[in-house]
Amino acid sequence: MSEVFILAQFIGDKIAKTTAELATCGARIGQVTAIVLAPPGSGSALASQVTSEAISKVLVMESADFARYGVAASAEVIAHKVNEHKPAALLITSSAFGKELAGCVAVLTDSGLITDAVDVSSDLVATQVIFGGSSTVHSRVTHGSAIITLRPNSFSPDVAEGSPEIVNVSVAISDSAKRAEVISSQPPVAEGRPELTEAQIIVSGGRGTNGDFSAVETFADLLGAAVGASRAATDAGWYPHSHQVGQTGKTVSPQLYVACGISGAIQHRAGMQTSKTVVVINKDPDAPIFELADFGVVGDLFSVLPQASEGVKARKS
Amino acid sequence: MKIAVCVKQVPDSWAEKKMIGGVLDRQGVDAVLNDLDEYAVEEALRIVEANGGNGEAGPNSVTLISMGPERTTDAVRKALSMGADAAIIVTDPALAGSDALATSRVLAKVIADGDFDLVFCGTESTDARMSVVPAMIAQRLAWAQLTFAGSVKVDVDSKTTTITRVTEAGVDTMSAKFPAVISVVEKINEPRYPSFKGIMAAKKKPVEIRNLASLGIESSLVGTVGAWSVVDDATPRPPKAAGIKIVDDGNGGNALVDFLVEKKLI
Repeated sequence: MSEVFILAQFIGDKIAKTTAELATCGARIGQVTAIVLAPPGSGSALASQVTSEAISKVLVMESADFARYGVAASAEVIAHKVNEHKPAALLITSSAFGKELAGCVAVLTDSGLITDAVDVSSDLVATQVIFGGSSTVHSRVTHGSAIITLRPNSFSPDVAEGSPEIVNVSVAISDSAKRAEVISSQPPVAEGRPELTEAQIIVSGGRGTNGDFSAVETFADLLGAAVGASRAATDAGWYPHSHQVGQTGKTVSPQLYVACGISGAIQHRAGMQTSKTVVVINKDPDAPIFELADFGVVGDLFSVLPQASEGVKARKS
Repeated sequence: MKIAVCVKQVPDSWAEKKMIGGVLDRQGVDAVLNDLDEYAVEEALRIVEANGGNGEAGPNSVTLISMGPERTTDAVRKALSMGADAAIIVTDPALAGSDALATSRVLAKVIADGDFDLVFCGTESTDARMSVVPAMIAQRLAWAQLTFAGSVKVDVDSKTTTITRVTEAGVDTMSAKFPAVISVVEKINEPRYPSFKGIMAAKKKPVEIRNLASLGIESSLVGTVGAWSVVDDATPRPPKAAGIKIVDDGNGGNALVDFLVEKKLI
């Protein structure tokens, strides 16, 4: 049976849900080996959270160089393992880091690359949704290991627990992977809400909020949702850039996307068009965002959202 | 200081894009300079201007590098009119259908031949949206990789550049010695509009056209032949069925909640 590598992903020292998504996808293709890149001394704590039944083996590599030298250092050690094991595929979660890492590993291992897949079949045909959601593409890697990045939330992970074999691997990183050094790091501010790309529900605000996100945040918190923002809102400084949905921001595909006061420029739509259900609140009946809406309310978000929040509260009590 | 900026001609973001035989149809649509590359051109110009200028004004130069069909010249002219000094365009029939690996191979070869200190790129092209070419170029050249820069500082004397890397994982400050590949996010600056003088001057700036043979790259390594992934099929997604649209009559919020309950979303 062929081997499939996945890169286990962590948010801080907690395993990310996307790891189980990669494992579930990988298990369709072959026997899954998860790679854990850890700071010194944290390998076993991180590896102990990699418990998905879909994973047979965990390769743990510890080095301070991963955090210090960025993508290049991680790419080098992963490429080394790919060249050694020649897995059928290497699956990585789509993110700025994940895609660059995949690109560098593809160069180092002479392998083909597919980014932002929403599905991968057992015979390694990847599905992508491109051109802002207007086309579906099926493609395959034809050379080397198939290096594929998978969008978060693309399919529901198998939650069954197992106990994979844990193997510690020593790490050596060459000087050529140490040319760019991280001098300081500032993690994203934790707000007690779900991470945008992992959230099942996202409530987003745009120009129509006029900078007041309180109604958006209240509704989001009642639904246990993440808060997103359009580029107009982040450009105006109303909400942090880390919450921007769209081209050059984040690409999301939650179960439910609630767009409040967002007109729906093509750049925004490109980031949320694969959301399963879209709800729109906008004063302008001609706003292009209504084209995507499963349910649209032409109205003022400052009266519609508070009423909806009260409605949700009433149902909960 | 010699700076290169990688730029790409792409179909207009607003144009309807379609695939023909697994490859983006680049003929049937209006083509423009990838707007995310304008930030890279602007940042390169600001850095040379802060360090003595370029062209006749100073010791630095900004060279545009692009790969694409012959009409790529149009997009490159726009970047020249912003103030870049020269351009190198790689065009060859064998390049059609190249993947990111081949693109990075070609761009890296041009850069390696050019004795540059820094290479600037946008974070992605608005057509393919892979965001991998800057990292791949750095990897191929074994240069420092400073990507997703929200700010760039250059110290010419110590040949060091320091950036803030802005991604979903937070903000990192990163530093490297020249040479380095830097990709910049759109928040970094406000690209200038070409002036009339700039547009006139751009017509006289040198544009070197190169092909694969002149770069010494085998045609089997690029184009659809050298692409290490293949598109089996591409189909337009059916337009989304029209949803429910109501006008808020004072009960819009309640109707919204009813919809969410009906769909079992809450």
